[in-house]
Amino acid sequence: MLDQITELQEAGLRAVAAATTTDALEELRVGLLGRKAELPNLLRGVRDLPPDQRGPAGKAANEARQAIQSAIDERVATVAAAELDVRLRAERVDVTLPGRPEPVGGLHLLTRVRRQIEDVFLGLGFDVVEGPETETVHHNFDALNHAPNHPARDPGDTFYLAPSTVLPPLPAAAGAPTTADGGPLTRLLRTHTSPMQVRIMEREDPPVAVIVPGRVYRPDSDATHTPQFHQVEGLWIDVDITLADLKGVLLSFARAIFGEEREIRLRPHFFPFTEPSVEIDVSCHLCGGTGHRTDVAGHPRCGLCKGTGWIEILGSGMVDPNVLTAVGRPAYDPERVQGFAFGMGIERIAMLRYGLDDLRPLYENDLRLLGQLA
Amino acid sequence: MKAPLSWLGELVDLAGPPALDAETVAHRLNVTGTELDRLLHHGVRTPDTVVVGRVLAADQHPDADRLRVCRVDVGADEPSQIVCGAPNVAAGQVVAVATVGTVMPDGMKIKRAKLRGQASHGMICSARELGIGEQHEGILALDEHLPDAAAIAPGTRLSDVLPHADEVLELEVTPNRPDCLGLYGIAREVSAATGAALRPAPWEGETGPDPAGDAIDGFAVRVDTPRCRRFTARLFADVTVGPSPLWMQARLAAAGQRSINNVVDVTNYVMLVTGQPLHAFDADRIAGGALVVREARDGEALTTLDEEARTLRAGEVVIDDADGPTSLAGVMGGDRSEVHDGTVRVLLEVASWDGPTIHRTAQRLGLFSEAATRNAKGLAPEQTAWAQALATRLLVDLAGARRVGGTIDVGGDALAGDPDPIVVREARVARLLGAPVDRARQTELLRTLGFGVVDPDPTAAEGEGALHVLVPPERRVDVTREIDVVEELARLGVVADLTPTLPVRRRLTAATLSPVQRARRRVEDALVGRGLQEVVGWSFTDAGAAGRLGLADGDPRASAVRLEHPLSEDQAVLRPTILVSLLDVARHNRTRGADDVRIFETGTVFRDQPDPRRPDMPFEHAALGVLVQDDLFAVKGLLDAVLGALRIDGWELEPVDDVAFLHPGRGARIVLGDDVVGLLGEVHPTVADRWGLPRTAVCLLDLDQALPRAPERRPVRPVGQFPDARFDLAVVVADDVSARRTLEIARGAAGPLLEDVTVFDAYRGTGIADGHVSLALHVRLRAADRTLTDEEIGTVREAIVAALAADVGATLRG
Repeated sequence: MLDQITELQEAGLRAVAAATTTDALEELRVGLLGRKAELPNLLRGVRDLPPDQRGPAGKAANEARQAIQSAIDERVATVAAAELDVRLRAERVDVTLPGRPEPVGGLHLLTRVRRQIEDVFLGLGFDVVEGPETETVHHNFDALNHAPNHPARDPGDTFYLAPSTVLPPLPAAAGAPTTADGGPLTRLLRTHTSPMQVRIMEREDPPVAVIVPGRVYRPDSDATHTPQFHQVEGLWIDVDITLADLKGVLLSFARAIFGEEREIRLRPHFFPFTEPSVEIDVSCHLCGGTGHRTDVAGHPRCGLCKGTGWIEILGSGMVDPNVLTAVGRPAYDPERVQGFAFGMGIERIAMLRYGLDDLRPLYENDLRLLGQLA
Repeated sequence: MKAPLSWLGELVDLAGPPALDAETVAHRLNVTGTELDRLLHHGVRTPDTVVVGRVLAADQHPDADRLRVCRVDVGADEPSQIVCGAPNVAAGQVVAVATVGTVMPDGMKIKRAKLRGQASHGMICSARELGIGEQHEGILALDEHLPDAAAIAPGTRLSDVLPHADEVLELEVTPNRPDCLGLYGIAREVSAATGAALRPAPWEGETGPDPAGDAIDGFAVRVDTPRCRRFTARLFADVTVGPSPLWMQARLAAAGQRSINNVVDVTNYVMLVTGQPLHAFDADRIAGGALVVREARDGEALTTLDEEARTLRAGEVVIDDADGPTSLAGVMGGDRSEVHDGTVRVLLEVASWDGPTIHRTAQRLGLFSEAATRNAKGLAPEQTAWAQALATRLLVDLAGARRVGGTIDVGGDALAGDPDPIVVREARVARLLGAPVDRARQTELLRTLGFGVVDPDPTAAEGEGALHVLVPPERRVDVTREIDVVEELARLGVVADLTPTLPVRRRLTAATLSPVQRARRRVEDALVGRGLQEVVGWSFTDAGAAGRLGLADGDPRASAVRLEHPLSEDQAVLRPTILVSLLDVARHNRTRGADDVRIFETGTVFRDQPDPRRPDMPFEHAALGVLVQDDLFAVKGLLDAVLGALRIDGWELEPVDDVAFLHPGRGARIVLGDDVVGLLGEVHPTVADRWGLPRTAVCLLDLDQALPRAPERRPVRPVGQFPDARFDLAVVVADDVSARRTLEIARGAAGPLLEDVTVFDAYRGTGIADGHVSLALHVRLRAADRTLTDEEIGTVREAIVAALAADVGATLRG
């Protein structure tokens, strides 16, 4: 009987080793170890053997069965892995086909740039405040020290609101522009974010350090001027804020937006509400301030800064004492407090930073363009 | 303001050493406050190749009637042959020859050429071709214009005897610097900015009281308005009106002024040097010999010398003679008293006016002449004397004029004497600029600008002294206070190398965005995250937009704020709702082929109603608009996302059928607490059609109301460690029972174990009775401390079913 067991075991192991599919192995399992198979039958016949033979025979039969079982298990694992591999390979897809589309959204470039600017100034210690877009002549001009004949007041440079029948009349300054039949024009669309300088000082004590992002309006329309655009105003008032501080703040800003290597230049100018007033030029980020494109063959003149190495980015200055006085609060006595103000165009920063040469598409909102700028 | 460099060089020494070229001058002006618009080249681009020539012969061209073949001595070994088409060319003339290689003002290059078979080496030029005047009927015969032309050796560079080409600085003069609307003012700036020596003013020593007195026989001037601050007049007889000398024509041309005749040219020339406008009357056309300066009456008429009939307004200023208005003061003369070819007596008016008055008049009439532009700034009354002095000399020299009588000098109280000096504290300068400038340096800088400076206590320690500064007349409009002097010091002596510093924030809070600003960013980011593109539309729209939205006239959304002077009818009013710009953007993209527009915008909308927050001003509020080409539920899902991002719970939609631009069956108010904060729904198909849009859903949210309600956090409910129990119910209710009502009943009945109940499907159709809807509810229950038993779950389920049956007659669907 032992011989018979040995023979069965060897034959079984040979068959298992030769099997190449999981189905064949399942058949072998049934055929070799199943209820009707020879080996279990032999095992059942063990009890008919003489007692002294029963032990060795039963042990041998069990061992044979276990050997076959584990050989089948091992073989199944190997064959199944190979079969899975074959099946998965058959499931190959073309990975160059497109993905399933997800709707793609984005912020408008102007919002992106506005957030960048806000975040830079938050880091420099400025709060962010906003204000109304319709304004009084008082807040937009008078309180900002604009002379009665300052050209910015001209209806060609300012959108005045038509007189309203439902709003109370406002006091009109002498020489204010008038309607065709002589009525004073006292309300307007703010031409700059600067009226908020006054509004902030009217409601808050110094020290104040704020920026004011927002939409402003002027009747211009060409490639680099749209009748609505966006500005960021800055105001910092305390007892000891200097022109040197203005330079430090705006240098930090310029480097954050245009690159660590940038320098700025203060160029004296005139604004009614600052004295002294300076325009700020930043060294050109396209040519590194050299005026020539050293990265382009032939080193042509830089088109962005027109060969000057400098790009004007904003207007600024020390807040004029008349503006502080016009607030009408002792806390803003110009002998006691002082500070700087600046105003920049978000569109201008966006154009310089993202290489646009025409503003109008930003307001056409062609989704094919906005998506690229988002 | 155009400043020709050679003219400037007559007023300030640019020859050096070091010699200053146009670019250096422009750069120095640019960094000290006078911005350069551009640097122009006026005239022939290669001036050295234009030489004086003598026409030796001018013979008829054998093959062209209108051409002559000239032999011209240009100083070379051999005369040049030049073919010339001018009718006036003749042997013996001294002419200007553009030799081969010359580049003319328009860029044309003179080459060797053959004209009808005859070689031509150069061009004999007309005045206009050289850019020095208007004349172009023939070539410029120098012998008719230059006194010693015959003595000029042929071949001499023309520029040596007649400067004709120049670098021109086109400067942007800021409104505070009317002194720089005159070349001498610019010359002073150049001197201050470069250190070049300023030459004495051309009127120096000639501006004192007139020894001939203050009367002119036969002429009288009366000033009846304080808007005239000084009026001076001189009379000139024996005037010969004719062309100006070439040098003057050339200078005027370079400065952008047309030459008219010698008298008018003198007034323009003097204005360009001094900044002070002048006006020449034909003295014999001043009716009655008397001028009265007065304020106009409303509706008075006057024809100005541009031959326009003008109607005047009260408060504007006119000059009358015996026949009525003859000049629009400070803006433009009248045609009645204009100088003409036959004029022999000239009354020269130089007056000083109230700037705002002139500005307003010029503004109203759209008449910013060179004179009005300058007078509108409010010039110094002292300047009138400068202009009279210089103009007198030139009229005598160039028009053969003879002065008659004295100088009438009336009006205003402007010559009240010098103002008090301005005290400039040394410490104040340092405190404002963040850099000290000692008194010696301050004195040096201010004197280059013509300011008088006195240090009353030279022994004061550094930082403790003060200067007394006297401002010259031409700067008194701008410099009236200590700070104005500080500006002069800053621009000339400080800004170029100021060491940057950073200020300290003394407000004891960190700088942060406000909760509302953070909330707005969350709204924007939530929509971007759902695949919407932000757009930025126009605040402007046309007056018909409200009508296109179907809004009745009385609708508050139809009361648009109007602009007084819109750029166009398309931009005549401010948008009363953000829906307008969203629809415009959607249409723009749809006509360009976009088939799935998903956009949003945040922005301000305006109404012609008092704003409760500032009753003097129109109502304005910040709005969010969302637009998708989809149905109501798509846009409601987006609203859910927005309010979720804002952590706002407990909002509801209430159906509306009376909002004109919304589908009457698919519109809703967004309700938060007791307030309506927005609208949502499908755009009325008629309205959508007006914008060429298919089914479009929008959500309009008043951000001024919504954002402040966004809490920084909301209560946190522990998720617990025990699983929730879930089951679905399909209940059939009558159509008029809203899903909201069904859910309210279910919530009320479910008790404390309820975590959440939602509607996940609504079905009408086969198997459901007419007028009914089957709502599929998804219910989740949870207990914090145990796994719920089937029995507990069953109890809740039965309670919900029973309550729905009792309250709205709901039946369980099979």
